[in-house]
Amino acid sequence: MRSRPLSFYVLAGFFGLFLLFLYGPTITIAILSFQGPKGGLTFPMNGVSTHWFVNLFQEQAVGDIWGSFGRSFILGLAVMVTTVVFSVMGGLAFRKRFPGSTLLFYLLITALTIPSILVSLGVGLIFNRLGWEVHWMTSGFGAQLTWTLPFGLLIMFAVFNRFDKAYEEAARDQGASAWQTVRYVVLPIIAPSLIGVALFGFTLSYDEFARTLLTAGSHNTLPLEIFGMTTNVTTPVLYALGTLTTAFSFLIVGGFLTFAVLARRKRLRQRSDAGDGMV
Amino acid sequence: MPPNADTVTLDQGETRAPASAGARLSVGERRLRLMGGLSGLLLSAPIWAVLLFFLVLPIIMIAVVSFWGSTEYSFYPDFNLENYEFLFGSSVTYTVFLNTFIYAALTWFFTLIIGFTVAYFLAFHVHSLTWQIALFLICTIPFWTSNIIRMISWIPFLGRNGIANSTLISWGVIDEPVEWLLFSDFAVVLAFVHLYTLFMVVPIFNTMMRIDKSLIEAARDAGASGFQILVNVIVPLTKPGIMIGSIFVVTLVMGDFITVRFMSGSQSANVGRLISNDVGLLAYPSASATAVVLLVTVIIMIGIMLRFVDIRKEL
Repeated sequence: MRSRPLSFYVLAGFFGLFLLFLYGPTITIAILSFQGPKGGLTFPMNGVSTHWFVNLFQEQAVGDIWGSFGRSFILGLAVMVTTVVFSVMGGLAFRKRFPGSTLLFYLLITALTIPSILVSLGVGLIFNRLGWEVHWMTSGFGAQLTWTLPFGLLIMFAVFNRFDKAYEEAARDQGASAWQTVRYVVLPIIAPSLIGVALFGFTLSYDEFARTLLTAGSHNTLPLEIFGMTTNVTTPVLYALGTLTTAFSFLIVGGFLTFAVLARRKRLRQRSDAGDGMV
Repeated sequence: MPPNADTVTLDQGETRAPASAGARLSVGERRLRLMGGLSGLLLSAPIWAVLLFFLVLPIIMIAVVSFWGSTEYSFYPDFNLENYEFLFGSSVTYTVFLNTFIYAALTWFFTLIIGFTVAYFLAFHVHSLTWQIALFLICTIPFWTSNIIRMISWIPFLGRNGIANSTLISWGVIDEPVEWLLFSDFAVVLAFVHLYTLFMVVPIFNTMMRIDKSLIEAARDAGASGFQILVNVIVPLTKPGIMIGSIFVVTLVMGDFITVRFMSGSQSANVGRLISNDVGLLAYPSASATAVVLLVTVIIMIGIMLRFVDIRKEL
């Protein structure tokens, strides 16, 4: 192994500091959430306990943490499934030019870059004028899709740009219909990427704040609930909730990644060449 | 074998025949091309529906409402320029827009420096692909966690009795706790950089990974130093990634309101907060006018940045 230049060690040190910057605060509140019952929002630790986690499961003076968690979870699943299905359809559509494809592409870029509060405000106004009540499952759901769909489609674009068309041609040469080609050749090959789309769909929805702010209605989602707590909760229970939510996010991300790795291993074991065309 | 519907439609994406060629197509071919377009339309219909109803219509609505009138409790259809007159007549507007630009510029600068350095390290100094992927994932995982929590997690670090202050005191750098760490513009920019550096790392890393390594070999053979390679080869080839990252960071900061509100302890303002304050007062027409000005500003900035990069080529 050749020796590394000095610049490697300097950059590696920088990278280490970056990771500390990225994760340090999260680790800090994770530690502080185990404050003793009399502990405050900063160090020193006043004993070690699970008091604040227990507190989280008891009746809260303000808000409805578990109700909002349930809503965020259901909404996340709904957004995830919708994002995956619509992104696959859209990805297939964008493989060839269709009337309005350029316009739709620019709409997606707009959705990605428009300030979130505009979506929130606009959707709220539309529902107001139509006389509909804003609700997390209708207006909130739609507002979040404008954020998750562009990500889903960008992943699909990247996938199909690297897609080897020879597989489809082979399938068609053997007499497969258009639907059979998609169902038995294209979908299995792009399946691992769909795990990524699903991950984006769920987590972006689960953590979304600005787009849900004016579109969730009278029942809060979890991020809205947590933000409400920051103004009137001054105990480490806030950290306990933060730690739990972050742990849940890590669990979801870890689950998706493990699933992706396992799917890949399984395919390698079965010696199927599906997906080998992917880079 | 006669060409069937599938072969013709599926190959269409590759050949973009000029419009005049349409005249030479047989009736059958023209019908097949039409079907190809039709299937594209059908497959993209759900996305059209979502974006039309939850993006285009809301933007139009905001533009319309920005001309409406309002009373203390409600707003009504009208056509007047009062909202805009008030907006452009108030010195607060200019201060707040300036503030927003400063946040965007500072955040852009720091995320670019940090993001580029991290991506450069991953792409050119980590040689095993497994390690590259692993370290890249470690960098991106925070993207999938809650921004609100990540902001809250700065409290124990920056607070009056926080880690930063107590460390500085124990080192003898300062005698008394510094007050401007939390709930200040410093905290706002710090949080922005913390939240959004990922948006620089990912596209820059993606572009760097596609740079042909033989170009670097060639530069080295021609006698370029490591620094010269960085400046004359890598940076120019990474420009598209830098531009995409910049678009992300600038638009996210321009449209933000929650980070500024939380990290400044409601002491600083940006355009997003101006809008959300109006919404809080139920002054929707006024909020809409500010939103329109913000949108136009963001579009102009993106337009300028898009001049430097063809997004469709970068996917």
